[in-house]
Amino acid sequence: MATSVLDHAHGTAHEKTGLWSWITTVDHKRIGILYGATAFLFFLMGGLEALLIRWQLAKPEHGFVSPEMYNQLFTMHGTTMIFLGVMPLSAMFFNFMIPLQIGARDVAFPRLNAFSYWVFLLGGLFLNVSFLLNAAPNAGWFGYANLTSKQFSPGLNVDFWVIGLQILGIASLAAAVNFFTTVVNMRAPGMTLMRMPMFTWMSFFTQILLLLAFPVITVALVFLMADRNFGSHFFSPGGGGDPILWQHLFWLFGHPEVYILILPAFGIVSEILPVFSRKPLFGYAAMVFSGAFIAFLGFGVWSHHMFSTGMGPVADAVFSVTTMLIAVPTGVKIFNWLGTIWGGSIQFKTPMLFAIGFVALFIIGGLSGVMHASPPADLQQTDTYFVVAHFHYVLFGGSIFGLLGGAYYWWPKMSGFMLDDKIGKLHFWLTFIGMNLTFFPMHFVGLHGMPRRVYTYPAGLGFETMNMIETVGAFLLGLSFLTFLYNIWTSARTRAERVAPADPWHGATLEWAIPSPPQEWNFNEIPQVHARDELWYRRRQAGGTLPEPERVSGAGIHLPNPSYWPLVTAIGVLVFFLGFMFHMVPVNILGGLLVLFGAMKWAFEPAG
Amino acid sequence: MADAHAHALEHPTSTGIDSRKLAIWTFIGSECMFFTSLISTYLVYKGKSLVGPLPHEASQCMLHGKMQECEQIFSIPLVTFGTAVLLFSSFFVVMALNGAQTGNRKKLLFWLSATVIGGLFFIGMQVYEFTHFVHEGLGYTTNLFGSSFYTLTGFHGSHVTLGVIWLSTVLILAFRGKLPPEKSLNLELAALYWHFVDVVWIVIFPVVYLMR
Repeated sequence: MATSVLDHAHGTAHEKTGLWSWITTVDHKRIGILYGATAFLFFLMGGLEALLIRWQLAKPEHGFVSPEMYNQLFTMHGTTMIFLGVMPLSAMFFNFMIPLQIGARDVAFPRLNAFSYWVFLLGGLFLNVSFLLNAAPNAGWFGYANLTSKQFSPGLNVDFWVIGLQILGIASLAAAVNFFTTVVNMRAPGMTLMRMPMFTWMSFFTQILLLLAFPVITVALVFLMADRNFGSHFFSPGGGGDPILWQHLFWLFGHPEVYILILPAFGIVSEILPVFSRKPLFGYAAMVFSGAFIAFLGFGVWSHHMFSTGMGPVADAVFSVTTMLIAVPTGVKIFNWLGTIWGGSIQFKTPMLFAIGFVALFIIGGLSGVMHASPPADLQQTDTYFVVAHFHYVLFGGSIFGLLGGAYYWWPKMSGFMLDDKIGKLHFWLTFIGMNLTFFPMHFVGLHGMPRRVYTYPAGLGFETMNMIETVGAFLLGLSFLTFLYNIWTSARTRAERVAPADPWHGATLEWAIPSPPQEWNFNEIPQVHARDELWYRRRQAGGTLPEPERVSGAGIHLPNPSYWPLVTAIGVLVFFLGFMFHMVPVNILGGLLVLFGAMKWAFEPAG
Repeated sequence: MADAHAHALEHPTSTGIDSRKLAIWTFIGSECMFFTSLISTYLVYKGKSLVGPLPHEASQCMLHGKMQECEQIFSIPLVTFGTAVLLFSSFFVVMALNGAQTGNRKKLLFWLSATVIGGLFFIGMQVYEFTHFVHEGLGYTTNLFGSSFYTLTGFHGSHVTLGVIWLSTVLILAFRGKLPPEKSLNLELAALYWHFVDVVWIVIFPVVYLMR
């Protein structure tokens, strides 16, 4: 009896709206939306930083920003886009889609999930507060020793970077433990591993990379913090230390990080291409295993970032070969994507355009990647705009195109209304043209010798025209994101006329089997899975069409309780690290106690 | 009623393994990379210190304001004893878990208390060792050996401390009679973490203290 009364109380409590319901939410869908909204704001910040950089470089000897400000801008642009943009935008889809795709009611640890979000939010705000003090990180997103030492970076800039990344690392690790467990343990009956949707598979590999790569940078940052705060010599040759150790530790994290950024986009594209080609994904097993192979090899290529440090012929050769080897599973994926759309009845909706754009641009970025896998070529290209061109083709042309495709694809599921397809196509073309205008000329200026991370360039070296084209392209990209915002605004305004059905695209995966947006408990009954493309299987069984799922009352369905302890614990984490910022041990202790207190309260409150 | 309610929450998982247990295993996997990085750094910097004190050999070091000859700093017997206590505590927690699973309250309380005491003893040993080293002239920033040694063993020590706090919490639960056999997983999770902390020490002890 008591149980049903309780459940009834939950049923009404969860319908509540308002700020407090968001602060205490443990619903993976709400947390996903929080991740998405927050990350998109940070992404716009990073974009603004990019535009300021491009404005400065539009003409030679331009005095728009000071060299010191320029250092802060390019450092924060990289740090923001990676840690506060692409990673949490992927996390938005992990949160919202993984439980739905595997037929679960929530993630394995709903409160841990909320904790991850709050830590991410606080870490992101902490990093950006540095701008207000004119002390934003300024030593590059890679923070090479010994530029980051107290001697060469005496200000708070690098402290903001070190501590900000430590905080964000905790968020990523907590989330990775959660999603790893969720995928392994929370699958609906019949959802065998080899029936899992490709987005879930690629996200799963991403979690493994997060789990194994983040501890390494945590250790590197601990050493750096010790060098700066306590005067140890981990990275200073004066005390016998070796600055190259930083590079090894950083890139042992940094290269898997590259796959952390791209694998979710691989997954999204592998969802979109089959649905809009009306064909199952070509070579499913090959796609799974090539993903696994990429994740595995990702830990064996880090030193290709370090050819110019003079590691000697053996190390150069080994890392060159492993790097070229990664092109093989990546090539397998590209051919499987092409095989998927080959002979399909293709529908050029906005998500499909972004997915196809992804494949095209990622190939270009992949090819330039293979070029600097060769040490002699790399020595010419390293630290030039050629490298900038390369990683923007894979990160913008790759990750961002994948994420934008995912945004258009899953928008109806997440919001309950369709985005405008015409404006969406305009958005795509602006992005596609802007992206190529911005980044393609960088190949040429790079090979002509224009160095990265330098705030200006003299006239007469032949860089002027190309740089102007790049700046025009960058502002076109800015315009394309305004188009996206306009699309969201105008579609939301007219949402009554564009209500999304449960399955607007005739999708193959379980998230399309439930109403848009899903009800809080996702599935009225835990689904039974029969096939890899479950919904297509069900549609065939039903003779072509499936009935529209109805929204029901949730009475009797048990849901986890809302909780504010994740937020309290997250604040404790921030306070703990602030102690290192200001060298105040009592603040460390206060933060540590707050974490302990929050965690205890959390452990002993009824989970629901 | 409350218990029946809690029971209804335990959905069967895809693998049959409890999700909390799987999460601890996952976390342990991640921690392996954390300690691997610390141990690798210790090894990379082995023998690279510019001044003493050094772990295994006499050296020139700054003590009481002047350069002088220093003895090797490690006291192997002390650490061997601490190591033995830590390893035995892993055995103790297995006995405690057996007590919890079979509903043998006396056994549970006795062995779990023994585990906590073993952990506290190890922490005490480490505090004594660190204090002694500082007296011998090895500060955190004295040389690369000091920095990498204190960072590695300090992080291990903080893991032991967290483990002791966790086990103590479970011990309080057990004292209050809130650890019936069907909830013995609460102890098993702490025990898993405790074993991991021990295993890490099994690597650190030979690599840091015995290897020359």
